[in-house]
Amino acid sequence: MSRTEIWITLLGMGLITFAIRASFLLFSEHFTLSRRLERALKYVPAAVLAAIITPTLVLPEGQIDLSITNVRLLAGIIAAIVAWRSRSILLTIVVGMAALWITQWLVG
Amino acid sequence: MMLGVLPFGLIAGVSAASVGLPVLEAILMSAIVFAGASQLVGLQLMATGSSVLVILTATFFVNLRMMMYSLSLVALFKYVTIPMRVLMAYLMTDQAYAYSINRFGLADASPNGHWYYLGIAVPLWILWMATTVIGVLLGAQLPEAWSLDFAIPLTFMALLFPAIKTKPMVIAAIVGGTVAVLAHGLPYNLGLICAALLGILAGVLSDPESRAS
Repeated sequence: MSRTEIWITLLGMGLITFAIRASFLLFSEHFTLSRRLERALKYVPAAVLAAIITPTLVLPEGQIDLSITNVRLLAGIIAAIVAWRSRSILLTIVVGMAALWITQWLVG
Repeated sequence: MMLGVLPFGLIAGVSAASVGLPVLEAILMSAIVFAGASQLVGLQLMATGSSVLVILTATFFVNLRMMMYSLSLVALFKYVTIPMRVLMAYLMTDQAYAYSINRFGLADASPNGHWYYLGIAVPLWILWMATTVIGVLLGAQLPEAWSLDFAIPLTFMALLFPAIKTKPMVIAAIVGGTVAVLAHGLPYNLGLICAALLGILAGVLSDPESRAS
């Protein structure tokens, strides 16, 4: 890719991404959420977060790995329990990373 | 919370350099796009010689979930000037969205709700740029063994459970997670969008309130 092509690509990526992010926000006043839309939006955090998290645990190398040697899955389950009980971001990260390092050491 | 961003930014910087972007472009990429997942996908496509059109299409789909964030945060942006909205829009990330939604829900935040959002978004941007620069300059000499990128899903996990308040939300999460894994092979990160949409649909369908109307 020539330097010009790189710049065109980067600026294009930036513009598209910004347009997506700004899409509804610049028109906030003209926009009140309908009841139906609000109901649907309630489920965005649960659906999107789960969609982001689950592949990182179950597909560590791009293949489904539900075996006991999948250290990320093991650490993830432990972290999930901690997250569920404590609701603390700090605790979840600390316990989760510790669990990962320990299981990596045990399995590796 | 910011811990997960550290390795991610480093990876973005290192990848940009290793794909062959000149130092200036490699660093500015993180400022121009400011979206890690799409940056990495874009860089991978550049490395394999994809056309600009393909890269832009991939960028669109990888970042499309932010449109849902944009819609959800409408109440938070209401009391805020247009220039500030432009800034807030530019700074939008999964974390800024997730924390703000956790804090305010969909309701009208106080006229100062956006400071909370900025409190997450601005430090994150600074960290992102700093780690990108370090990554670009250090090149490929970073220890992968620490697996610090695992802190990202961990952060989201801590935000996920408080977000699951009702049974339909549990269903939305399960469907979202499952479809994301099954649809993993789809190009352009379409799997994520499909998972999100199906998860939301599942949630809405299992909500007795929506069936009543």
